[in-house]
Amino acid sequence: MTRRLRHALLVLAALVAVGGGYALLVPAPQQATAQTGQTQIDQGRALYERACISCHGANLQGAPGRGPGLVGVGDAAVYFQVSTGRMPLARSEDRGYRKDPQPQFDPDTEQGRANLAALGAYIQANGGGPTTPAETGPELIGSDVAHGGELYRLNCASCHHFTGRGGILADGRYPPRLEAATPEQMYTAMLSGPMAMPVFSDRQLTPEEKKDIIAYVLAVRGQNNAPGGFTLGELGPAAEGLVAFVVGLVALVGVAAWIGARS
Amino acid sequence: MGLVARTVTRATANALDRRFKAAGGARRQASHVFPKHHSFFWGEFALYSFAVLVVSGVYLALFFVPDTTEVVYRGPYEPMQGLSMSRAYHSVLTLSFEVRAGLFLRQLHHWAALLFVAGMILHMSRNFFTGAFRRPRELTWLGGVALLALGIFEGYLGYSMLDDLLSGLGVRIFSGILLSVPLVGTWLHWAVFGGEFFGDIWISRFFIAHVFLVPALLVALIGMHIGLVWYQKHTQFPGPGAREDTVVGERAVPGFVSRTVANGVCLLAVLGLMAGIFQINPVFLWGPYVPSQVSTYIQPDFYAGFLIGGLRLWPRWEIHLGAYTVPAPFWVGLVLPLLMFALLAAYPLLERLGTGDRGAHQVLQRPRDNPTRTGIGAMGLTFWGILFASGATDVIAATFDIPFELLVWAGRIGLLVLPPLAYVVVRRICLGLQRADRDVLERGVRTGVLQERPDGVYLEVRRPPGGADHAGRPIPLDYGGARVDHRPAASPEPVAGSVTEEQR
Repeated sequence: MTRRLRHALLVLAALVAVGGGYALLVPAPQQATAQTGQTQIDQGRALYERACISCHGANLQGAPGRGPGLVGVGDAAVYFQVSTGRMPLARSEDRGYRKDPQPQFDPDTEQGRANLAALGAYIQANGGGPTTPAETGPELIGSDVAHGGELYRLNCASCHHFTGRGGILADGRYPPRLEAATPEQMYTAMLSGPMAMPVFSDRQLTPEEKKDIIAYVLAVRGQNNAPGGFTLGELGPAAEGLVAFVVGLVALVGVAAWIGARS
Repeated sequence: MGLVARTVTRATANALDRRFKAAGGARRQASHVFPKHHSFFWGEFALYSFAVLVVSGVYLALFFVPDTTEVVYRGPYEPMQGLSMSRAYHSVLTLSFEVRAGLFLRQLHHWAALLFVAGMILHMSRNFFTGAFRRPRELTWLGGVALLALGIFEGYLGYSMLDDLLSGLGVRIFSGILLSVPLVGTWLHWAVFGGEFFGDIWISRFFIAHVFLVPALLVALIGMHIGLVWYQKHTQFPGPGAREDTVVGERAVPGFVSRTVANGVCLLAVLGLMAGIFQINPVFLWGPYVPSQVSTYIQPDFYAGFLIGGLRLWPRWEIHLGAYTVPAPFWVGLVLPLLMFALLAAYPLLERLGTGDRGAHQVLQRPRDNPTRTGIGAMGLTFWGILFASGATDVIAATFDIPFELLVWAGRIGLLVLPPLAYVVVRRICLGLQRADRDVLERGVRTGVLQERPDGVYLEVRRPPGGADHAGRPIPLDYGGARVDHRPAASPEPVAGSVTEEQR
């Protein structure tokens, strides 16, 4: 009986030792809470040195053949590139496409937003550059959709299509579709001009105009604004012609075969 | 009810007959014989689509304003609120959002336009591949070619005059092609636009052409086309009793008429469903035309796709003749389509010259029985198809993640290589199909049943459609041009003497 009790106690002690040791030795996940100033910058530097340093260099000066320097790109660029999952790149290539962001930089979580802010603060502290707007979410959606649409067609549609369905550029580059972009991402993209996109500084498009453009994109994307039925991807006459043949003409030939076969 | 209907019908018919002596003619026309084949209904797709176009177009024309005067939008459609636009585009927005059934009828009109041209292309292919254009029907063919060209032009006019950003870019291309014509280009452009692009007169001109001039021509040509088919009688496929001097089929009334009415009603149903389900040409998303704006995925409607494809593939070859420049778009924007339509129109003549066949033909050929013509047709369709696909290189590039430049070169090389290849391949397929038909007629239908001869050789049992002679050899049948049944007979019982000298 005592033997059995001794064994049980031994096992319990071993479990406590292993569990406690694990809890002590494994590093705690990066926690960032509304810090400001130097703490936040240090935190951003730590994040940078884990996730970005291999391509962008130890002092943000870039690495030849791997990635550009980041001095002066601003935290708007950081927010856009990292929150859309473009950075860090999945593999070494000269362009990034939208994918799920890393969990530590997921803008949908408290911690992800804090990490994004910290990383941005670190980049911002080294050379400045366009900054992420103070407003978020609905505050970035303007009220004049029509004006936004006009500005969108003038400045954006030549690459992103009438209703944000993307397009093509030279050398196998594709302006992205805007279906998944959040207001913050659209705003920071306009500010920072990622990849082949030009920079739309506040002197070219005022913050109000940027917000109107965002309002327009949100108003027309997806199945929104389709009073006529299924949008066919809004790809225009190419998709319509395909449907005319594949749906319309095939249905009619079927009808004719049926009518012709009846006696 | 039935009694009333009968009485009214009888009274009307009698009244007509007393006044116009209509009974004799009506009886003769009602007995008009129509050959039966489901592909003979394909031309009606275009005919009934045209009818839908006329009816829906009249309604749309009540609300469309062909005017370039600039106005400010104050309607219910939020994303256009307060924007400047032409009265034409404004009236389309009003038509779409404020007129009862306006958007539905616009979509119906547009889908009908696509199926009008698609139906013509299908119908023309059937006539080409079966040799229906041969003497005495050259004029019907010519009328059809003119209808296709006019149909494309009519569609383009209607698509353009809405003055939205998508079609405005097409109008700019049209203006550029006009300007590219050597010597008279500028004059042509002035004649159409009344000045420099964009001008303020072109919409009313396009409108008159779209709702009056071209439709009038279309109606006249369609009348001639159908009148000729009625008067010369329809061609027929070879079959029992179908000879050059007889027509086998069913009477116009009630047989043919009930079928064609059913076809028309079904077409209206298909078009109605498409117009209700699929959004087409949402001009309210494209925005009003402003020369400084542009979007991606700019295409014309599919029927003009081959023109844009040509413009996208053609290299930038400018020819300088002294003071004159012949710009590159001239060759593909104008010369190529004219050449394509000229070849299409001249094909009956070219085939007659090539084959020396000057006879009249009431009986059609199956595509396999004229491998050269079928090969030429495949060549033409391939050429057209590559131009057509190249008209959407941007959409293809983005959808399938293929670099755009690659597609341009693929189109250029494909345009030269694939049509001859299609000719060779299709010709070989035709010859193979002929051989398979003759094999059945001469040796019998394959049954899949093996029989062992006393010497140990296995042979497949065949069922010769013409039966076997006393020695067990199949009696070969002549190929008359009709479909040969290749299905094995229902029961695989060997027929006496059907074992033939078959290679193992």
